[in-house]
Amino acid sequence: MSRARADEEEYWHSSKFRAFTFDDEDDELSQLKESKRAVNSLRDIVDDDDDDLERVSWSGEPVGSISWSIKETASSSNSSLEGRDSSLQKGSSSYAAFPKQVSSYSLSSLFKGRNKLPSFQSLSDALSDTGVKNYAPELRRPKAEYKDYSSDWRPKDTVRRMQRGKVCSLERFRSLQDKLVLLDEAVAGNDGNVITAVLIFLKRTLRREILFRELEVRQVALCHLIHFLKESGEQKLLLDLLRFLDRTEEVALSQYREHLNIQDVEKRREFLKGCIGLPFSAEDTSHVQDHYTLLERQIIIEANDRHLEAAGQSEIFRKYPRKASILNMPLVTTLFYSCFYHYTEAEGTFSSPTNLKKTFKIPDKQYVLTALAARAKLRAWDDVDALFTTKNWLGYTKKKAPIGFHRVVEILQRNNAPVQVLQEYVRLVEDVETRLNLATKYKCHDVAIETYRDLKDRIQLTAYKCKVERGSADEEKINSILNN
Amino acid sequence: MAAHLSSGRVNLTLLREAGRRELREFLDKCAGSKAIVWDEYLTGPFGLIAQYSLLKEHEVEKMFTLKPGRLPQADVKNVIFFVRPKLELMDIITDNVLREDRGRSPQRDFHILFVPRRSLLCEQWLKEQGVLGSFIHREQYSLDLIPFDGDLLSMESESAFKECYLESDQTSLYHAAKGLMTLQALYGTIPQIFGKGECARHVANMMIRMKREFPGSQNSIFPVFDTLLLLDRNVDLLTPLATQLTYEGLIDEIYGIQNTYVKLPPEKFAPKKQGEGGKDLPTEPKKLQLNSAEELYAEIRDKNFNAVGSVLSKKAKIISAAFEERHHAKTVGEIKQFVSQLPHMQAARSSLANHTSIAELIKDITTSEDFFDNLTVEQEFMSGIDTDKVNNYIEDCIAQKHPLIKILRLVCLQSVCNSGLKQKVLDHYKREILQTYGYEHILTLNNLEKAGLLKPQISGRNNYPTIRKTLRLWMDDVNEQNPNDISYVYSGYAPLSVRLAQLLARPGWRSIEEVLKMLPGPHFEERQQLPTGLQKKRQHGENRVTLVFFLGGVTYAEIAALRFLSQMEDGGTEYVIATTKLINGTSWIKSLMEKLEPAPF
Repeated sequence: MSRARADEEEYWHSSKFRAFTFDDEDDELSQLKESKRAVNSLRDIVDDDDDDLERVSWSGEPVGSISWSIKETASSSNSSLEGRDSSLQKGSSSYAAFPKQVSSYSLSSLFKGRNKLPSFQSLSDALSDTGVKNYAPELRRPKAEYKDYSSDWRPKDTVRRMQRGKVCSLERFRSLQDKLVLLDEAVAGNDGNVITAVLIFLKRTLRREILFRELEVRQVALCHLIHFLKESGEQKLLLDLLRFLDRTEEVALSQYREHLNIQDVEKRREFLKGCIGLPFSAEDTSHVQDHYTLLERQIIIEANDRHLEAAGQSEIFRKYPRKASILNMPLVTTLFYSCFYHYTEAEGTFSSPTNLKKTFKIPDKQYVLTALAARAKLRAWDDVDALFTTKNWLGYTKKKAPIGFHRVVEILQRNNAPVQVLQEYVRLVEDVETRLNLATKYKCHDVAIETYRDLKDRIQLTAYKCKVERGSADEEKINSILNN
Repeated sequence: MAAHLSSGRVNLTLLREAGRRELREFLDKCAGSKAIVWDEYLTGPFGLIAQYSLLKEHEVEKMFTLKPGRLPQADVKNVIFFVRPKLELMDIITDNVLREDRGRSPQRDFHILFVPRRSLLCEQWLKEQGVLGSFIHREQYSLDLIPFDGDLLSMESESAFKECYLESDQTSLYHAAKGLMTLQALYGTIPQIFGKGECARHVANMMIRMKREFPGSQNSIFPVFDTLLLLDRNVDLLTPLATQLTYEGLIDEIYGIQNTYVKLPPEKFAPKKQGEGGKDLPTEPKKLQLNSAEELYAEIRDKNFNAVGSVLSKKAKIISAAFEERHHAKTVGEIKQFVSQLPHMQAARSSLANHTSIAELIKDITTSEDFFDNLTVEQEFMSGIDTDKVNNYIEDCIAQKHPLIKILRLVCLQSVCNSGLKQKVLDHYKREILQTYGYEHILTLNNLEKAGLLKPQISGRNNYPTIRKTLRLWMDDVNEQNPNDISYVYSGYAPLSVRLAQLLARPGWRSIEEVLKMLPGPHFEERQQLPTGLQKKRQHGENRVTLVFFLGGVTYAEIAALRFLSQMEDGGTEYVIATTKLINGTSWIKSLMEKLEPAPF
C-alpha cells in the first residue's frame, strides 16, 4: 500500500473539489481543504504499511471476511485441485460406505420420521434450555423417535413438534374434522412454515371444493395458501381459488401478469387480447386494452420498418440505423420513434405520430414534448418551429407552447441547438427573470441585451458588457443603447 | 473485531456469541473437511456473525457461490448449502446435485442449512425433483436478529413488508417474535410492552403465547430492557418516502448500505502512483465498512449533512496539531511517546480521508439542481402545501423519464400527505406513468395501492393536517448544526414513528389518543410478570432502556432521530433499535414492485 506522495499531494489539492461547498461556502471549503492537507502531511511521517491496522484488500473487504474468502478459496481450488482430483480418485473408496438416501421420499414419509433427521434446536431453544440438552442431544433422540410412532398425538402436540422441526406423520389425521382441527392449531401456532406444511397435506388429501370452502372461513390459512401457490407457480389452482372466492380483480391481474412470461410477441399479443375481457377495474380495463393495441401496432411497425431498413431505400433509416426493435417499448418511446422515423406520414398510417396521438388520446403536452425531442435530435429546426406556430383565422401567426418556452429551450439546448435557433425561443419565455437567466446561461446575447433595454436597466446592461466578446457586434449594440 | 457491539447500554456481543456457538455446533455435526456453497445474499449477514477464520477452524476448506451447473471439484468430504428457504434457490441446488459425478470417489456428502428457518415447502420441492434424499443433514440456523451495531439489530428480511402488508403472510412476524424470545432469553424478560398496529398486536400476542408454552423461557436474568415498543411500518408510511438528510442516511440513499458495507465509486479513493500514468486506476468500487467501531463515523453519521463539514475540519485541526507535536519532541522519551501514538493517528488520518471523500461525493449530488427541486417538492408535501393537485415537478420528471422509483416515491408521498389522492389526480398520474414506463406497471401500481401507499381519497377527508399539527411533524425553525428536536434528520420533518416513541416516553400516549385513532391498527399495552427478585430498583438518574422494534423496516434517519433522543441530557430513555430490514424509500418501493423481465435491450 505504499504510495507515491507527490502525485497524491496534487490529487488532494487539485481544483476538483470546487463542487464541494458547504452552506457558508468560503469558510467550509477552506475547512475541507485544511482537512485534506492535514491528512496528507501525516502521510510523511506515518508508515502506510502499519501492521496494527486491519488488513483490507483493495475491494475494501477485510481480508478474512466471508465474501472475500469465497473468492479466494474458489480461485485456488480451480487452479490446483483439478489435477489432484484424478489422482485421488483411485485413492480410498471408503467413503462409498456412507449411505446415500437416494430413495424417493414422499413428504408424508418425511412426517413419519423414517429418515434420520436429528432433533434440531432453534437458537432460542438452545439458549433457554438447561445444559442437559446441549450435552446429550444424542441420548434424547431415540426416545423422541419412538414417541413419534405412538398414537395419542393430539393436533396441538403435532403442531408443536413440527414447530420444533421434529418430523411428524400427518397421515393419522383422516377425517375432515381432524384435518381442520390440525389446521386451526397450526394457524394458532403462527408458524408459517408449519401452516404451509399442513396446507400441502390438506391440498393433497382433500377435494378442491371442500378445501376452498373451508379456507374461505379461515383467512390466515387462506392467505398462506395463496402466497404459496404464487411462489410455487401453481397458476391454475390459484386462479380457481380466486374465482371461487369471487376475487375477480385479483384473478384478472394474476392472469394478466402471465404475459410477462411469454417471449414470442405474436403469442404475447394473442394473450393480451384474451386479457381484455377480464374483470379489471374500469380504468385498468382501458389500460390493458391500450397495452394490447400498442403491441399490435408495434408488430406492424416493426415488420414494416425492418423491411424498409433492409431494403436500404429509405434515407432516414440509412442515416440513422435503428438501435433496437420497437417491440414491447412503452407508448411514449413508441411515439418518439414514430416522430423520429415517420414524422411526415399521413394520419391514415399506423406508424404516423398523429395517428398514435389520436388512438391513445395522448395529451397535447406529452405529444409536443416528445415530438420536440425527436425533431430536435434530427436537427429539423423547421419542424420544431412548426410545432409552436399557430395561425388564427385572420392568417396571423402566433407562437404558442403548451409546455412553456423555458422547457422548449432546455430540450433544444440538450440537443445542441445553435444559438440562432435557441434565442428565438428564449425570447418567447414570458417570465423576465427566467428569460434573462436562460439568455445569459446559453449566451443568447441579443435577447439579454434587448431585455435589459426594455427594462431600462443601465446598470445591468453595463455589467453585461463583460459577458460579450470585445469588439463584437453585441458590444457595439450595448454601447449604442447606452449612448442613447 | 466486535468491540463496538458492547459499547452501548446492552451488550450485544452476547447475541453474536450465541450465533457463533450455534454455527460451530452445526459445522461439527458434519464431520470431516467441508465446502460451503453460499446463497450470496447470506454472506453479508453472516459476515456480521463470523469471519472465515471461524469456519476454517471447523474444517471449512472451500467456499463457493451458489449457481447453476456443476459444483467445483473441491476435494472435500462434505458439501453444505447455506441458503434462504426460497424455491428458486432449491432449483439451483437440485441442478448442482443432479450434475454431481456419481462415479467420483470418494463421494461427497450433501447437507443443507436453511437460514433463518427450515422450510417444509422447500423440502417438498426438493422431493419432487427427486433429490431430497441426497441430503444427510437438513437443518436451520435461526439467524433472526443480527447485531449491526451496539444499538441496532436487523433481521435483514427484505420481503417482510411485502409479505405482511400485501400477502398477509405473517411468517416474518413469527420470526420477529422468535427473535424477541431469544433476546429475552439473553437479556431478561421485558416487563412492559407497548405497540401500535395490527402486526405489532400480532407479535405481542405470539410473544405472550410462546412465553406461556415454553416454560424454559422463564429465566432468572435481571431484565436489561425496561420497555418494548412494537411499531408497524404502515402506521408511518410517510417517513421512508422522504429523502433522508443525515450523513448516514444520504450515503444509504445514494449508494445503498448493505450489511454495514457501502460500495463507492473508486475515483476519489484512487491510489495514484508516480510514473505509472494512471494505469493502476481501480475500476472496482471501493468498499468500506461503516459502523461505530470507527470513531469519526460514530460522531458524524447521525448529523444533518450540513453539519458534517465543520466536524471534518475540526478533526483536521486536531490531527494537524498532533502532527505538529513531533517538532516539540526532543527527548528520547518524548519521541518514543510520539511514535507510540502513530498507529492511532494513522487510523484517524485514513478515516478522515475516507469521509472527506465521501462527503465530497455526496455534496456533488446534494448541490445539484435536481436534488434541490426534488427536496423542495417533498418538503412542500410534508408541510401540507398543494397536496391535492397534480404537481408540475412530478409531471416534468415523468416527461424526462426520470427513474420510475423516484416518481413512485414522490407520488406516494403526495398520496400519504393527503390521506389519498383525488380520483382525478390519481388517474392522471397513473396514466402518465403507464404511458411513459410501460403498461405492465399496472401490477406495481396495484401493489402500491394494496399497501396503502397510493390510494384514492375515500372519505373526502384529509386527516394528515391534524396528525401533522398534533404530533408537530413539521418544524419551521429547524437547527441543523445544533439540533434541539428530531426534525433535524429531515431538515424540518420530524419522523412520525419516532415522535410516537418520544411521546410514549413522555408524557405518554394518553395525551394523543385522538391522533392514535386516526392511524391504522390498534394501540395497546401489555405487562409481563417478573419474579419478585428481579424487579428493578432504579438508581436515581439512571435512564430507562427501550427497545423499539420496527415491523416492516426502518430508515437510518429514524435511527439517527432515536439516537438523538437517547443522548438528550434530560431524556431519561435510551433506545435500542430492532427491525425486520434496514430500508430507504428506494429499496422499499423496489420490494413492492412486480418483478418484470429485463428490457429487451
